Amino acid sequence: MNSYAYITLIPLLPLITFVLLGLFGGKYLKASSGVLGTLSILITTLLSWYTAWQYFFISGKTGGAYQQIIALKYTWLQFSPNISIDMGILLDPISVMMIAVVSFVSLMVHLFSLGYMKGEERFATYYAFLSLFTFSMLGLVLAANIFQIYIFWELVGVSSFLLIGFYFEKPSAVAASKKAFIITRFADLGFLIGILILAFYSGTLDFGVLINRLTSLQSPEYVSISSASFMGASMLTWGLVLVFIGGAGKSAMFPLHVWLPDAMEGPTPVSALIHAATMVVAGVFLVARLFPVFSFNSSALQVVTFTGVFSALLAAIIACTQTDIKRVLAFSTMSQIGFMMFALGVSGYGGEKGLGYMASMFHLFTHAFFKSLLFLCAGAVIHVIHSNDMKDMGGLRKIMPLTHMSFLIACLAISGIPPFSGFFSKEEILLAAYRSSKMVYAVAVMTSALTAFYMFRLYYSIFWSKEARTDALPHGEGTGSMKITLVILAVCSLFGGFVPISSWVTSDGFPLKTQIDFGFSIWPVLLAVTGIALATYLYKTENKKPQQIASSLGGFYKLAYQKFYIDEIYLFITRKIIFNLIGRPAAWIDKHIIDGFMNLLATITEKISWIIRGIQSGKVQNYALYFFGGIIGLAALFIYLTHNAS
Amino acid sequence: MQDINLSHILFVSTALFFIGMFGLFTRRNMITMLMSVELILNSVNINFIAFNKYLYPDKLDGVFFAIFIITIAAAEAAVAIAIIINLYRSHHSIDVEDASEMKY
Repeated sequence: MNSYAYITLIPLLPLITFVLLGLFGGKYLKASSGVLGTLSILITTLLSWYTAWQYFFISGKTGGAYQQIIALKYTWLQFSPNISIDMGILLDPISVMMIAVVSFVSLMVHLFSLGYMKGEERFATYYAFLSLFTFSMLGLVLAANIFQIYIFWELVGVSSFLLIGFYFEKPSAVAASKKAFIITRFADLGFLIGILILAFYSGTLDFGVLINRLTSLQSPEYVSISSASFMGASMLTWGLVLVFIGGAGKSAMFPLHVWLPDAMEGPTPVSALIHAATMVVAGVFLVARLFPVFSFNSSALQVVTFTGVFSALLAAIIACTQTDIKRVLAFSTMSQIGFMMFALGVSGYGGEKGLGYMASMFHLFTHAFFKSLLFLCAGAVIHVIHSNDMKDMGGLRKIMPLTHMSFLIACLAISGIPPFSGFFSKEEILLAAYRSSKMVYAVAVMTSALTAFYMFRLYYSIFWSKEARTDALPHGEGTGSMKITLVILAVCSLFGGFVPISSWVTSDGFPLKTQIDFGFSIWPVLLAVTGIALATYLYKTENKKPQQIASSLGGFYKLAYQKFYIDEIYLFITRKIIFNLIGRPAAWIDKHIIDGFMNLLATITEKISWIIRGIQSGKVQNYALYFFGGIIGLAALFIYLTHNAS
Repeated sequence: MQDINLSHILFVSTALFFIGMFGLFTRRNMITMLMSVELILNSVNINFIAFNKYLYPDKLDGVFFAIFIITIAAAEAAVAIAIIINLYRSHHSIDVEDASEMKY
């Protein structure tokens, strides 16, 4: 077994870069901070790929299955002889795949930002924050202990907060970053309670040991956790559902999704990195990490499935009506993550039953590429047009040919058209859904068709729709670093489907043979093509038909356009109910009762001191009298104490 | 001489002591306060001499101590006069109630 100790460098390098750029970047390293950041992530990416090569090709397998390897373990905090927080690095198929994907997408975003953020005043701070985020995300996926993943979870939330609110002079950006942080923090409350429940019953915080104890039907921990119940559901269900709530907050599942569209206030490369490819899949990763335990509890799996499927459908409907291109992509992300979630939910454990797990991870892999490509293309377009709204765009295909081609490739990938990468991963998800529940399958296929429709609506609105523009752009399509990133990601979206993830990442570690079932795939592809055709008919040239359809749908269209008023509901609940019924009384108690008590103590002290101040009269003779009085008192005391002795 | 008891003399010295204390606490004139302090010191002197003469007639310890006290009293009076003169220079009065700057 060779030493995996170099893996500590993988999260450590971005951390060092963060500290360096954060402390010295503003004054000393301003021009080179971008290059420094990119170089450090390049080294991290190369190390991650080397790890992946080592693990998947050379030494990860034992007895035909990929094993969980603990590369590093350090006891940080010991609560009791059994429970301790050990900082460690856990290597298993999903974490190795994740470090490869996360570091690669981060590298692409770093490269892209060299051109996109050029001329920005706080350039070094931006790169420092990007490095902080990369460190947190890499630490999250390599965590060996459920508390360690919680620590990095919070760190990722902080990095997201800093990056969304990067343009802090804009009040909307500040509000968006606050909203994201508060909502995910609120979800993390559920996560923490889930952690405590699981740790209490299984007696450990370590992932390997916890999964072992809670997945064997005879172990005392499993018996105790599944027999203890609270309000009708076993504690295992509660623990897993609460942990899932934490994951749902981070992954923008309904009803905790409201922060994601607003998070588009951040710079576009940030949206590509955090809110498309890496942070938002943290919830999916968490469920995948605890999947063996989830698979023992069908109620928790049902919660996961229904949340995923509902979020996917809801987001697809809303995305059909939005006009801000980044909002469309945000809802598209929410929808695709819904796909990943329900793929996990319908999955079983082991062999063929674990198809959903594999499909979910495969979709995570391909989605990272095409979604970050979509966001970066959107960034290139916004860079040129200086506006986010579809109405300001149109006919850009001649003046931005590279962006046009990359965007088209990514749209075809996300719609699931063969042979692009999205087709392969979506097919597996749909197959897993079909085998498990026909209803979920039907909703999933409908959502895929909607996905194709709204993505091509977006495509045509940006690049077609109006007369092709031929004016020359002042800075061209973008700098070299921006263009090369788009090309690389387009190639990945094109060929990513051929990567044999199924032989590496499965629920139990054994490779899974998958083949394309053409009879099965015909229907989803046909529906996707129908969606694309409909979008072409409605949006390729500018016409009145979309308006007519919108007005004929009337109230339903308005509902979808306003994102089903979920934001307004939240505002109502917080402002009218929570603030008035809980906030104001609490503030009153704090101000009048607690502060009042302190003020009372101070007033009493003041009154007493006012009364006895007369002792200090400044007259020497009074002082002499007090002196004399003291002597009399001492003498009396002395006589009283000694009169018995004599 | 034999008719005068030790306690008679001690009574006189105690009376002098308390008269001196009363003067110290009550008089407003600083010089008069100084005179009262001298009275206290003198009463202590009488105490020492009396005890020496009546209890230890063949020793002279009390007399020696009394001479010490006289010396110290003289030095102290000199210092006290100096202080009073300084106070007079700033307050233009030797009323002790006028020197009450240390009031709250």
